[in-house]
Formats: sequence, C-alpha cells, structure tokens
Amino acid sequence: MLDKALHGGKTYWTLIIVLASIAGAGTLAYLYQFNNGLGVTGMSRDVSWGFYISQFTFLVGVAASAVMLVIPYYLHDYKKFGKIVILGEFLAVASVTMCMLFIFVDMGQPMRILNVILHPTPNSILFWDATVLNGYLFLNIVIGWTTLHAEKKQAPPPSWVKPLIYLSIPWAVSIHTVTAFLYAGIPGRHFWLTAIMAARFLASAFAGGPALLIILALILRKYTKFDPGREPIQAVGKIVTYAMCANVFFILLEVFTAFYSNIPGHMHSFEYLFVGIEGHGKLVPLMWISVIFAVISLIMLIPPKIRNKESNLIKACVLVFISLWIDKGFGLVIGGFVPNHFGTVTEYWPTLIETVITLGVWAIGFLTLTILYKVAISVREELGTVKSEY
Amino acid sequence: MSINRRKFLKIAGLTGLGLSLSARDFILMSPAEASGGHSLPSSGERLGMAIDVRKLTDADYARIADACHTVHNVPTLIPEKNNVKNEVKWIWTDTYNHTFPEQINDYHPEALRNKTFPLLCNHCDKPPCVRVCPTKATFRAKNGMIVQDPHRCIGCRFCMAGCPYGSRSFNWVDPRPYIPKRNPDFPTRTIGVVEKCTFCPERLARGQQPACVEVSNGAMIFGNLADSHSEIRNILSTHFTLRRKPTLGTMPSVFYIIGGEDYAG
Amino acid sequence: MYNGGKIIFGLIIFLAIVTFPFYSNLGGSAKKAMPSLDTPEIYALATKECVRSGEYMKKEHMKVLDEWRDEVVREGKREKISVGGTELEKSLQNGCMHCHSNKEQFCTECHKYAGIDPYCWDCHFDRGEGRL
Repeated sequence: MLDKALHGGKTYWTLIIVLASIAGAGTLAYLYQFNNGLGVTGMSRDVSWGFYISQFTFLVGVAASAVMLVIPYYLHDYKKFGKIVILGEFLAVASVTMCMLFIFVDMGQPMRILNVILHPTPNSILFWDATVLNGYLFLNIVIGWTTLHAEKKQAPPPSWVKPLIYLSIPWAVSIHTVTAFLYAGIPGRHFWLTAIMAARFLASAFAGGPALLIILALILRKYTKFDPGREPIQAVGKIVTYAMCANVFFILLEVFTAFYSNIPGHMHSFEYLFVGIEGHGKLVPLMWISVIFAVISLIMLIPPKIRNKESNLIKACVLVFISLWIDKGFGLVIGGFVPNHFGTVTEYWPTLIETVITLGVWAIGFLTLTILYKVAISVREELGTVKSEY
Repeated sequence: MSINRRKFLKIAGLTGLGLSLSARDFILMSPAEASGGHSLPSSGERLGMAIDVRKLTDADYARIADACHTVHNVPTLIPEKNNVKNEVKWIWTDTYNHTFPEQINDYHPEALRNKTFPLLCNHCDKPPCVRVCPTKATFRAKNGMIVQDPHRCIGCRFCMAGCPYGSRSFNWVDPRPYIPKRNPDFPTRTIGVVEKCTFCPERLARGQQPACVEVSNGAMIFGNLADSHSEIRNILSTHFTLRRKPTLGTMPSVFYIIGGEDYAG
Repeated sequence: MYNGGKIIFGLIIFLAIVTFPFYSNLGGSAKKAMPSLDTPEIYALATKECVRSGEYMKKEHMKVLDEWRDEVVREGKREKISVGGTELEKSLQNGCMHCHSNKEQFCTECHKYAGIDPYCWDCHFDRGEGRL
C-alpha cells in the first residue's frame, strides 16, 4: 500500500517538499546542537526543561486522543466514525513519532539512549513512559495498517486485530496518565504536584486532539476527494466541547486550591504565568491569549446553534488548539520551573536554533502524517468509498 | 557496566513487581519516617554533615567553594557575560530566606536575615533524584551518599526537575575551556551530563576529609550519623539544627547550626 | 525488466555508498602501532608488570577499565591494587596513567591505528595535560 504515497498531484508533492525542507533545516540545526551542546537552547540551570519536553507533553495528548474515535466506533458501534477512525489512528502514529523525537533532541547524551533499556529502572516514571509510548506506537501502526489493508481487500479485518483495538483504549489512557506522572510525583514543584494532573492532561488531550482532527479532516476535504461527512464532524465537535469544558473546569479547580489555600508555593507559578513576578513576565501575554481563546472557543462550542455551523466549528477548533498548545505546550512545563527553588525568577525563552529544531520535528511528524493520510485516501479513492454517507 | 543476560532478565522480571514493591514500602513506612525523621540504621554507615554557620563568613564561603570547585574541576561559567544559565556549581551560598523558605519570618534577628548560608547536595535519605532517574545513573550508596555516575547519565535532566534543592547542574556546554587549572587527580565531566556534590568518596578513600570540610576551620563537621558516638552525632544532640525543606519528606543529611539554642529553653 | 534502468541506476548508487570506506582508503597504508612503554615511572617499578599480562591487557584493557569503573563508582570498592611493588588506585587517570604517563605514545598510538576514539578522554585526561 505504501507505493500509493509515490503517486500524487502537484499539491501533494509541494507539501512533501516543503515539509521535507523544514525537516532538513531542523536536522542541520540539531547537528549544530549535537556538536555544541544544549547550551544553544534557552534552557538553563533553573529552567532545565523547555520547548522540547513541553512539545512532547502536548503531543502525547494528541496521540492519546485517537481513543476518542476508537471508543465510539469499536465499542459503541457508532458507524458514522468509520471514515475518520483511521485518521485518528494515523494521527496517533505521527504524534508518538514526534514525542520520541522530542525526547531524543532533549537528551544531553543521545548516544546513550539505550541505557534506558540496558539498565531498566522501574521506579523511574520515564522508564514506564518509554515503555507505554513504544507500545502505543506499535499498536496504532498495526491496527491502522491492518484495518486499512482489510478495507482495501474489501474484507473484514482479521480477528486478531480486535483484541489489539480493545487494548489500545486503556493504553491510550495510560500514555497520558504516565506522562502526567512525570510531573505529578515530584516533591517541591507545587505547580505540578497535583492529583488531578493526569485528569487535566486527559481532558486537554481529548479537546486538543479531536480539534486538530477536525481541522485536518476539513483540510483533506478541501484538497482531496476525501469527505469525512457532516455528522461525524459534528459528533467530534461535541467531544471537543465536552472535553474543553472539563479542561477549563479542572484548571479552575487548580486556581481555587492555590489561591483559597493561600499557600505561597502553589500561587507563585500562577502569578508568574498570568501577572509576572518582580517584572518578569515573558509568558504573560501568551497565557492570556490562551485564556481568551479558551473562553471564546467555549462560547462558540457550547450553544449547538453556533457549533452546528461548520465554519464556526472549525474556527472554534483552531482556538481550542492554540489555547491548549500555549497552556500545555509551553506554560505548564515552564511554569513548573518558575520561580525556582530559591524563590527567584530565571526566565526562559526558546532560541532560534531550538525553534528550528522544534519546527523540524513537527515537520517530520506532519510528513509522516501526510504520507499515511495519502495512502489511506488513495486506497479509498480506488474503491470509490472516499466519501462518507453521513 | 557489563550486564549479563541473567541479570537483565532478573531486572526485567522485577520490573513488573516494581509498583507493588513501592506500595509495600509505603504501607510499612513507620510513623517516624512519615513525619520526616531521619531513619538511622542501628549499625553501619550513614554519612552526613553539620554546618555551623555561626563560625562562617563570606570569606570562608569563598575559600570553601574555591577548594571544592578546584579539586573537582568544576568549570567557572558565571563571570562571563550571558553565561549564568550554563552555570555549574557544587557548593555555593544564598540568603536565609532562599535557603529556608519554609521558615521565613520578618522578625528574625537582622544578623540572621543578612547572613548567607552554604548550599550543596543534601544527600537525602529519600532522594527524589534517585527515584526519577531512568538509568540508575544517580543512586544511593550503602553509606547514604547520593552518587552521580557520569558514565551512565543520558542527560535527560529529570533529576534536576526532581531535586527540590537546586543542587544539580547540567553541562550545557563543554566544561573544559572553563576550567582554568585542572586537578590531574580528578576527571572533568563531558558535555550533556548532570553533576553535583559527591561528598568526596575519592578523598575519604585516601583518609582525607571532604574538600570543603578540610578548609572550613572546623565549622563543617562530617561523619557517620549511624554511630551514636561520632562527633557529628554529638554536635547534633547538643545543638539546635535546621534542615532544608523538611516537609517534603526527603530527609536531608546536611544540618545547619544557626545559633539561638540558648533561647530555645 | 520493469523500470530496469532506474533500478540499476539505484543499485549503482547504493554500491558506491557502501563501498566508500574501501576505496576512500585505497592506496594508503597504516603504520603498525607501536605503543611505547618508555616512561620514567615504568623504569622506577621494582618489577616491570601490569595488573594483568601484557597480552591480556592488549586485548581486554577496556574490560578491566569497565570493571574498575563499576567497582569504584557504583560499589564504592576503592581498595588499592599493587603493581610492581607500587600501590595504585583503581583508576584510569590515577592508576593506569600513573605509569603510562605517555598518553600520545601509548594510548593514542593504538587507538589511532584501530581507528577508534574512545569517549574516556571526554572526561579523563593525561595527567600532564592538567598542569597548565
């Protein structure tokens, strides 16, 4: 089936070349970082994780969100998701690939990466995270590819895939729970030390991932013969709405606990992120954009009248995605490090090299995604099943 | 590190038991531990340090940091412009409020509020850095030292996120150009690994005191906390001492004598 | 053959890349490595011996270093070893290189010949190098 990725129109090849060029620039930037050390990034002794780890955290959520299509389709027999469930699975593959690359580019000694396997350490959450992420990547490649192959042959998927599909559901939850545990189990980082971290992660994942999926599906409809159908998109829109409400609710719970308890450590990170501390407030404008976008998106999503109009839904999804990307792909990780353990502020901002590497990893992810989506759509074009009946 | 297949399988098997074992630890935890006390073995070795800050001045601190950093080939990355973010340090100083943020009090004697305190790795009894390390590059030795094995470190910096004392430094850049004069008896570190205070095992093996203790004029007392007749135990049982952030349950092995016990009744 | 031209062209490129190490070294000849034992410290030894036989060390010195590293760093077994009547630390920098004070003529000589660049030297260094 992979050969289908070799035949495409001008738009397809332009996209491939653009993404490959960004990936190439990212690779060159990475070589520079490899030779000169992580000192070329904006990270410091005080803010020792930055853009890479926050992108990783955000993308684990996007990967986990495939389950929001898998559950209705496979557990509740919601046939309307039949056309888009593969989009979710392949998005998961691309996202987990990006996650692993972000971990890799963040390592000080990447050549020693196998030490994680040579010296397995069950008490480290990072060990479990590596385990579940690899498992999830494997599950989604196998499930996506096998079901698409069966579709191509116009036969039902082999019976051994079913257990894997069911397994992928709790597995998706596990990847984001374990990723939340990276943060939620650390004493002394009050911003992260919260029991609802995993729940928050899942809520934001189930909003941000499906929002991205709606955007991608509508882009596909515009540039290819693929049509996800109106009803399935609206159904995913509902998922985004509920998950975004839960996410905002969870964040407000954190705000209440921090400020009503009046415990300084719990308030400081919020203060840094939203008002700044002692004149340091590089993230303040971004965080407020996140808040404003979240509010506008909810206003557009909650009333069915507004949401039902597709042009509104896609705008709301863009707002949700940007809002969550700022909140989780930036603020959450940096906020945990500021102020530092001595109550002083060292700010963080990514450098140019760091940004190019980050864009490079995103480009590799979207390259993977483009190729996988191309294969899926080409298979259906041949079968004449590219349009949804719903 | 040569790891044979048997050992690998053993560890892999134990991996599955990992979480249930930690659960057992939790259940068996004694009330003393839960309340943040130091769990001392009845015998054996548990290294610790008491620092009598009453006897130490800023000049002493400069000499102490210099002794440590020179003997361990710690790069000097601060004075250069824009380099603060790449800083590497094993022992340094900070104010009272930054050292003991849980014990801030506006009415403390002015002398105390203006005083600086030496900071270093606490060699905790329940070290979060060891808990989070994915390769056992940092681990707890039998004598209580928290060892950082730079050969195995993959530079993920989880330990830096985990340490609540800011005791760990990462080699953001190649440290060698920033070491003015190398001590030939000690290695440097390579780019991309984490380092910190070691409690000087190489010096202890030669019968010496840790480098900081040696130049502290007796203000830093290093010894075996498990030995009730040791000098450090004697000091601890006769002085009021503080530890950093005791509520986190990490149980530091570094104790600060700040004075004031005359009034403590 | 379907697409024969393209396939053969691709194969030629592939072969050109995989055989690169061979033809890039063609015509060059490597000088035999002759690690030197000529240091004042070795002459000062009561008996000229190493921690193991010379034959063993030639092949397996990295194994010895690996074991020492784990014993010293991870297990805290820092007892000294006796070599030729001298007490030395189990250490690359303070043990081995105490006698082999000629890193260039001893270590680098063979490593260069074998075309390897061990990362030991990223941290450890010639004791002479430090005395700037």
